[in-house]
Amino acid sequence: MTYATGHHTVSAGAAIAEFVNTSKRYGEVLAADRLNLRIEKGEFLSFLGPSGCGKTTALRMLAGFETPTEGTILIDGRELAAEPAYRRPVNMVFQHYALFPHMTVAENVAYGLRQRRPKMAKAEIATRVAKALDTVRLGEFGPRRIWQMSGGQQQRVALARAIVNEPKILLLDEPMAALDAKLRAEMQMELLSLQRSLGITFILVTHDQQEALSMSDRICIMGKGRIMQIGTPRELYDLPANRYVADFVGRANILPARVRTASEGRAQVELSGGLAVEVTAPFVPTPGAAVEVAVRPEALRLALAPEPGVPALAATVTHMTFFGEHIEYLLAHPVLGAVQVMLPRQAERALPGAGVGARLHILWDPGSGLVLGQD
Amino acid sequence: MRLYALAVYAFLYLPIGIIALFSFSAGRNASQMQGFSTQWYGRALSNPFVIDALKTSAGIALTSAVLASVFGTLAALALSGMKGRWRALFDALIYIAVMIPGIVIGIATLIALVTVFNALNPWLAAATGWQLSMGAGSLVAAHGLFTMSLVIILVRARIEGMDRALIEASSDLGAGPLATFRQVTLPLLAPAILAGFLLSFTFSFDDFIIAFFVAGSETTLPIYIFSSIRRGVTPEINAIGTMVMAASLLMLVIAQLTLRRGGTPKDQ
Repeated sequence: MTYATGHHTVSAGAAIAEFVNTSKRYGEVLAADRLNLRIEKGEFLSFLGPSGCGKTTALRMLAGFETPTEGTILIDGRELAAEPAYRRPVNMVFQHYALFPHMTVAENVAYGLRQRRPKMAKAEIATRVAKALDTVRLGEFGPRRIWQMSGGQQQRVALARAIVNEPKILLLDEPMAALDAKLRAEMQMELLSLQRSLGITFILVTHDQQEALSMSDRICIMGKGRIMQIGTPRELYDLPANRYVADFVGRANILPARVRTASEGRAQVELSGGLAVEVTAPFVPTPGAAVEVAVRPEALRLALAPEPGVPALAATVTHMTFFGEHIEYLLAHPVLGAVQVMLPRQAERALPGAGVGARLHILWDPGSGLVLGQD
Repeated sequence: MRLYALAVYAFLYLPIGIIALFSFSAGRNASQMQGFSTQWYGRALSNPFVIDALKTSAGIALTSAVLASVFGTLAALALSGMKGRWRALFDALIYIAVMIPGIVIGIATLIALVTVFNALNPWLAAATGWQLSMGAGSLVAAHGLFTMSLVIILVRARIEGMDRALIEASSDLGAGPLATFRQVTLPLLAPAILAGFLLSFTFSFDDFIIAFFVAGSETTLPIYIFSSIRRGVTPEINAIGTMVMAASLLMLVIAQLTLRRGGTPKDQ
């Protein structure tokens, strides 16, 4: 199987790491609950989820800082669950960088190479350190002290310190969390091009969905210690498997409904309140079953009057927020409650005078929205 | 408020300043300034009893400070690895050890040592013909034990302030536990260990109360000063006091500078 993403194509079959029924328990708390995941060679995979979802535990088990309570972890085909961190072919970029304050930039970067046994020649270490610093555009900064570097520069030192060891997997623990928005965007671009040029598998832990969506080949959504869904950014956004994913990735209106008829890929459902709409069905739901339907705010349209043949919900505008290129409407429906609709700027022009308090029709085009599975 | 603060400082430091001033007196009276001279420094430094006491004090201070630094650091590392209730208990015991008055420690150490010596000596005498007694050994033991708690407190504070991720980073980069200790933990703790060493040295060097109880026949510098005061005070005492004070201050400055140059582990 191959799967194409926005960035490039990764051929499956060459797993660089694998979680096999991996669980981690701290006393009563199940931080990781039977994780099963194959990480392909050369891919950029993100663990995405809110704090406490188990994403950091998963990363720390890969790094070797935590030992699984059950199950195991394979790295490059070797079972490493009991192997200490210093014997694993992976390197990590820490959240707060964890640079050694008593060493210069170059000494920090050289640290991993200096631990090699048999010892690596000094000249060889110097060459590789210089190359790694050049890669992160810090060629001139080798002799500097860590505290003389800015946050963004420290981040690059941490990156150089990890990649100089040519790890099989580079682990990134919320590396951009401490940077300001502009620097973060820059760093994301750099990380991405670095990953493409080095060909190393990158595993990123983040709670920032934009970051995960824009950088990853695949995203693993975590919640309550479990993997909620794995897929490409597009798959997760277009076909969230359950309410948790639909809610966490992007925004969604989640509405109760009952299945009328269903076939491969499509389902007729009746929303609470009686409106029948046609939605996408990633699986075939049982007719008559109560389900939840998710619909993205930008998949809905607004109009002053209903269009023939298009199901519509009449609702009242309660909030309007201007975002420049798009407008966000919040509408109140008597049965369904609050419904979000996002319109591009030019669509707003077709609604003259439709401010707060206006009564509009929410148009539901066939195929918009989808049936959610259980969490 | 400022006047009050000034008065406090004057009360604290004026007597010390006056001792330093009077050490340069040309007269024979220790509590009066009569002309300027450095003769008392010359006398002090050519007095064989002073030099002997100084050597004894320096030797004991050095030995006890080295022991306190090594074992204090080890204890601090072990304590930071402990969990919950036990750690709280040992932490409390260490703070108590620092707060207990010197005289209590002196008497307690004396009683403890005498009891142990009395129990062991008959047996030792029979086996080797040699016996334990009060002296340099008991001084080093008493000072070393007491100052160890100072080292533990300083090093513990440093460990607490250290980013645990640094240890993980070292491990992640391929360094085993020993290599991590040598290359990361120890260098980061070094300023605290050195400060603890200097503080221990100064404490032992200046200590009179504990030494008075456990010194046996040894004469440390503070004991010498105390006994010579009983024979009558000359500005020579002031000169010795001033020199001891200058040496202690120098140590404190060095300790401060190392702590500052080492930076704090969190200053990223």
